[in-house]
Amino acid sequence: MARRAAVVGVGQTYHRARRPDVNIGEICTEAVRFALEDAGISIKDIDAFITGNMELFEGRYAQDMWQADYIGAVGKPGIRVTTGGTTGGTLACVAFETVASGIFDVVIAVGFEKQFEGDTRAGLKTVADPLWTRWQTTGAIGYFARQARYYMKQTGAPEEAGSRVRLRLAKHALRNPHAHLRLQLQSVEEVMKSPYLIPPLRQLDMCPTSEGACAIIVASEEKASRMARKPVWAKDWITVHKEGVYTRGGQHSVADLEMAAAKLFGRNGIKKPMAEICVAEIYAPSTWAELEWLEAYGFSKKGQAWELEEKGQFDFDREFPVNPSGGVVSTNPIGATALIRVAEVALQLRGDAGERQIVRKPTLGFSTAWGGSGWTVAHLLSATKD
Amino acid sequence: MKVGIVAAAQSPFREYPEWRPQELTYLVVEEVLKKTGLPFREGYDDIITCSSDHWDGKTLSDIEHGEMAGAHLGPGEEKVGMDGANAVLLGYIKVLSGHADVVLVTAACKERDVLDPCVIENFGFDVTYQQLIGLDFTQAAALQAMSFMHKYGLKREDFAEVVVQMRRNGQANPHLFSQQEVSLNEVLGSEMLAYPISSLDKKAPCDGACAMILAKEERAKELTEQPVWIKGIGSCYDAHNLGDRDLADPEALFRAAKDAYRMAAIKDPKKEIDFFEISEHYSYQLLLWMEGLGLCERGESAKLLHSGKIGKEGGMPVNPSGGLLGGVPRYVAGANRVIEAFGRLQEKAKEGAGIKEPRVALAHGAYGPAGQHHCVIILERGF
Repeated sequence: MARRAAVVGVGQTYHRARRPDVNIGEICTEAVRFALEDAGISIKDIDAFITGNMELFEGRYAQDMWQADYIGAVGKPGIRVTTGGTTGGTLACVAFETVASGIFDVVIAVGFEKQFEGDTRAGLKTVADPLWTRWQTTGAIGYFARQARYYMKQTGAPEEAGSRVRLRLAKHALRNPHAHLRLQLQSVEEVMKSPYLIPPLRQLDMCPTSEGACAIIVASEEKASRMARKPVWAKDWITVHKEGVYTRGGQHSVADLEMAAAKLFGRNGIKKPMAEICVAEIYAPSTWAELEWLEAYGFSKKGQAWELEEKGQFDFDREFPVNPSGGVVSTNPIGATALIRVAEVALQLRGDAGERQIVRKPTLGFSTAWGGSGWTVAHLLSATKD
Repeated sequence: MKVGIVAAAQSPFREYPEWRPQELTYLVVEEVLKKTGLPFREGYDDIITCSSDHWDGKTLSDIEHGEMAGAHLGPGEEKVGMDGANAVLLGYIKVLSGHADVVLVTAACKERDVLDPCVIENFGFDVTYQQLIGLDFTQAAALQAMSFMHKYGLKREDFAEVVVQMRRNGQANPHLFSQQEVSLNEVLGSEMLAYPISSLDKKAPCDGACAMILAKEERAKELTEQPVWIKGIGSCYDAHNLGDRDLADPEALFRAAKDAYRMAAIKDPKKEIDFFEISEHYSYQLLLWMEGLGLCERGESAKLLHSGKIGKEGGMPVNPSGGLLGGVPRYVAGANRVIEAFGRLQEKAKEGAGIKEPRVALAHGAYGPAGQHHCVIILERGF
């Protein structure tokens, strides 16, 4: 029957716009090495490899083949899952499941992106349906500009609401040695000087393109008890899809995020998410998305997240810090981004987050992934076994 | 806990210029749901799709395949970006983990939409050493075939005999792209692609999809009177750099098979497994993979082939379905092996099925240059 699974090691490279010093295999190996060091084990202790990335961003085919030689997967089992932006989140789910199933005792999930090896925008353009909407695609920026406009219209949020989110995340990122963008932003006015990409979306509202990798090691209860670090338990996880948004057009919707949170919190007896969950790492590629999605996941009443932001409710020294790592707008190696969310929550729950360790002593953490045609993956991690 | 396959569906493997990849997925999803009576979307807890962004020509090919499988605001969906056998493996893990009771697994590929497969395959090699010399999977296979020939004194005729036998078995398989028999001379005389591989030594490209339903024991018994249990699984990577391997030794397959046999408590696969469904993307691979799976001693596979023992009535049937050479799309291939094994176990007493009362079967999926990754699945009839 199903067993418990725990995150016992995390590893993350440093992230930059370009990492010309390493190739794809090498950047993954960096993350794997850090994770093994963290867990205090060697590559021999790993039973299986779970890998993934955005397939067409590097233009590489069957990437796991090449990766296998570098990350130590030769002679070992492996599964490659690719679900777009959510890939990292899915990697974590599959890692939890392979351990829970009893098939493997210790597995490693490795996510990466090296966007300058290929052409991300060209890759992203082919997300749209070739028959209906490919001619009008503008990559992620078009989608998130529309989303920002929609959120402003629905909630009456002023234009600086997005900038306020950026200010918080920039401050958080300064505490995170792994963050790609570590910007010294002092005021909302300063953020608002950043140029528009497509109004009302500004450059500083949007995530960067980063190169980097992340790995987490997941182990069974028995193996976890013998490892160096305090295990962080995978409590529950869920994936909910919203398909075909690009083909149907029509109304903007976050029904899948709402459904994921309602199901996940419902079956784990969480009634007041903002009070019961101690820390959240939300995969939001833009500041405006973060506001809307915090509402969708149930951390704020509809239309009020921007007001909570104004009050500083999501700051890292408050009761419910959001993205103490600096979030996706600070660091975005896409295939690794969602896995970084899980890794950061695990570090927080362990109390090993260093300068970015939140003030409240966390017991329950929440991480999400977002991707595809607007679908989501969410995990609940717990510092205690129950 | 036991996990069973309760139903499966496959499209005929043809050229489908009129349908898009996801429409093929929808056809098989509809059929497999009809077989089980499960409702679309509400009837299952999770979906595993298998397809390729490169072969579909689209980032996130699973947006469409997932949608057609009922992922929209329904059960979750995860895409396996490797051979279809691994999608079955992940479905099995999902059920065992307790996170889903019933899982829908799909796989689809339209190979005939791709004008030049070599380009995609070439991008599957590492950039520094192997991509730049222009390798594709057929050339990698040719290197492997040559090293296999040299090691055990095999001839092109041995590989051609594989094609003859497989295509003969395939005559009775309505799903295959081609049901035509071919002669030894036709194979030897077909266009040379990369010595010793000629065009008939290579799996015919085609379009198609397949789907199956996996369920935990109690649910499986509710859904069918004829469940087939998954008894063992194994998977393994080999080295990517071809020069780091002795290509004549399928190390990854040895290990994947060993894991699967151990899990299924099989000591002698030759005696305990009633028939085998193997992924031979190229003719020589049938022989090499038979050795890798322990069906004979190293270097003895050609003898086994000529002995007629692996024929439908030969005592140790291999690919009674006709294998892949007659035409099964890649990505669908490994899942198709599982479905063929499942189907034959279900129709145990059917007239002319060839194999008497089979109880245990093996399905195998291979993926990557020169079989870099293998997946082995052992099935057992549960009725």
